[in-house]
Amino acid sequence: MYDPIHQFRIEPIVPIEVGNVDLSFTNSALFMVLTVAGASGFLLLSTRQRKVVPGRWQSAAELTYEFVVKTLRDSAGNEGMRFFPFVFSLFLFVLFANLWGMFPYFFTVTAQIIITATMALAVITLVVGYGLYRHRLHFLRVFVPSGVPGVLLPFIVVIEVLSFVSRPISLSIRLFANMLAGHITLKVFAGFVTVLGSFGAIGVLGALVPLAATVALTALELLVAALQAYVFAILTSLYLNDALHPGH
Amino acid sequence: MEPAAVLGAAHAIGAGIACIGMGCAGIGLGHIFGNYLAGAIRNPAAADGQFGRLIFGFAVTEAMGIFSLLIALILLFT
Repeated sequence: MYDPIHQFRIEPIVPIEVGNVDLSFTNSALFMVLTVAGASGFLLLSTRQRKVVPGRWQSAAELTYEFVVKTLRDSAGNEGMRFFPFVFSLFLFVLFANLWGMFPYFFTVTAQIIITATMALAVITLVVGYGLYRHRLHFLRVFVPSGVPGVLLPFIVVIEVLSFVSRPISLSIRLFANMLAGHITLKVFAGFVTVLGSFGAIGVLGALVPLAATVALTALELLVAALQAYVFAILTSLYLNDALHPGH
Repeated sequence: MEPAAVLGAAHAIGAGIACIGMGCAGIGLGHIFGNYLAGAIRNPAAADGQFGRLIFGFAVTEAMGIFSLLIALILLFT
């Protein structure tokens, strides 16, 4: 049975040691560089000619831009547009990192919990930090939903605080677990193809079934890659709405 | 039986039980899409406007199923 976990090992490509700290350029770092290069290249190269009537690539870049604008504006209002660079960068990073991971033998950056946890922590730090900066202690109204009878208030506040604390956890684990589970499933089914194929002619015929399943799973994984980027962006927008308008 | 084998067996049983969570996530997803389809058949013009919320609801419900799969994978592989 082939090992589906081996694909997630972080391995140094250029070992660098500064004092006692390991700052190697790893395969994870390489693919993060490729993600940024891919996202920047897509946007910069597509809009280089700046035609008034856009061609296909420029149209694709403009559609992506407007999609994130619509998502942020619907969730956080016009005031939320001040966070647009942050949300757009998050969306493109997650999208391109997920898509790069779909190629065989490439490393999936977002299947590492440290990377998704860092992004989720950045989002929550921004939400809490901006909320406290803008509203000072009135930000705590986010834990007190309107229209709650006074008797229930202590319980509701405790539940709301727990729910808020669970946001960075669920945000990071949702992306991480989706990518991890998807890629492990793909490798497991691909392993079935090779195992069945080693049984002679009948085995090769039988191996067509897991092969079809692998193709279908790859299509599903492409959908999940784009979907998880959208979900990360829209949840970030909703949490930023809580920072801008606490207690709504 | 030596402790290591019992631990391995317990991990395997726990991984199997964790898969019940994925079935429950499937029930939740059926609820969401069933209600969306029921509403879309009654009011097809308004269906496309709510597609974004459908996808968002699908993703957060699917996340719970994936969390239980994550527990199963952690139990099996570490």
